[in-house]
Amino acid sequence: MPGTGGMQALTGGGNPIPDFDRLIHERLRLGIVSALAASPSLTFNDLKKSLNTTDGNLSVHARKLEEANYVTCTKSFEGRMPRTEYRLTETGRQALEKYLDHMEALIHAMRDR
Amino acid sequence: MHSRAMDNLRFIRETMERAGALTAVPGWGGFAMGVSALGAAVIASQQTTPKAWLLAWLIEGAVAFLIGAVTLRRKAASLDMAVMSGPARKFALSFTPAVVAAGLLTVVLFRAGLTGAIPGMWLLLYGVGIVSGGTFSIPVVPVMGFSFCILGALALFCPMAWGNAFLAAGFGGFHVVFGYVIARRYGG
Repeated sequence: MPGTGGMQALTGGGNPIPDFDRLIHERLRLGIVSALAASPSLTFNDLKKSLNTTDGNLSVHARKLEEANYVTCTKSFEGRMPRTEYRLTETGRQALEKYLDHMEALIHAMRDR
Repeated sequence: MHSRAMDNLRFIRETMERAGALTAVPGWGGFAMGVSALGAAVIASQQTTPKAWLLAWLIEGAVAFLIGAVTLRRKAASLDMAVMSGPARKFALSFTPAVVAAGLLTVVLFRAGLTGAIPGMWLLLYGVGIVSGGTFSIPVVPVMGFSFCILGALALFCPMAWGNAFLAAGFGGFHVVFGYVIARRYGG
């Protein structure tokens, strides 16, 4: 799967929680995927407002997610104004679910110590 | 590591709530509220006493509330969101004081025989509530709120006989137009 470069997270006792998805572990990319999981689609401006970030930062990270097929990007015009709309793909949704499972597993592992 | 994981989960939940607030506004609900308000304006304009006129609009208020509640619930369910998630709760808390104030002022103005001032006051305070609540929502919501405020301010200084027309333009026209825009842009 694209973007799932495995990252071993070690708990204090040495129990490995394997395969963090590096691609969405980064905070802004995690924000993009999370925001799109809560909405059928969001425009570039909606995402920018929701994540309180800059145009350049959002573009770069959204592009990485697009390249990994986690999100799709549709460009159109609304009158004369360009409109960029993002949607989460099934791959992206599965990646977020897997990431959430890893976070929960990590929390349980730490609690059980 | 544990606190980082907890922080990540909190970040995901808050981001999803914020994004959900962007799309949970029921556009078609607003549209339907506008259509019902246009009907109420026609009915209210045919009433011959201030009491009957007021009753027509109060019934419309209850109908609009029901439409809003049902469509918000349906849209939230379609997005797999809790109706009273963080942003929705903030919206309700910001919106309610203005509506309560409008209710109290309605009683005072009606008792004082100042029924003609009620349409402007309703539009103005409804706009204030929408602007306050809309701070946590999509940009078009506060724009709608300001539009109501401007219309309400105008209504306060225009002949009382225009009251129904102002209410039709605001609760009817604005809801239809902004509801349609929200529905088209934000998935229903």
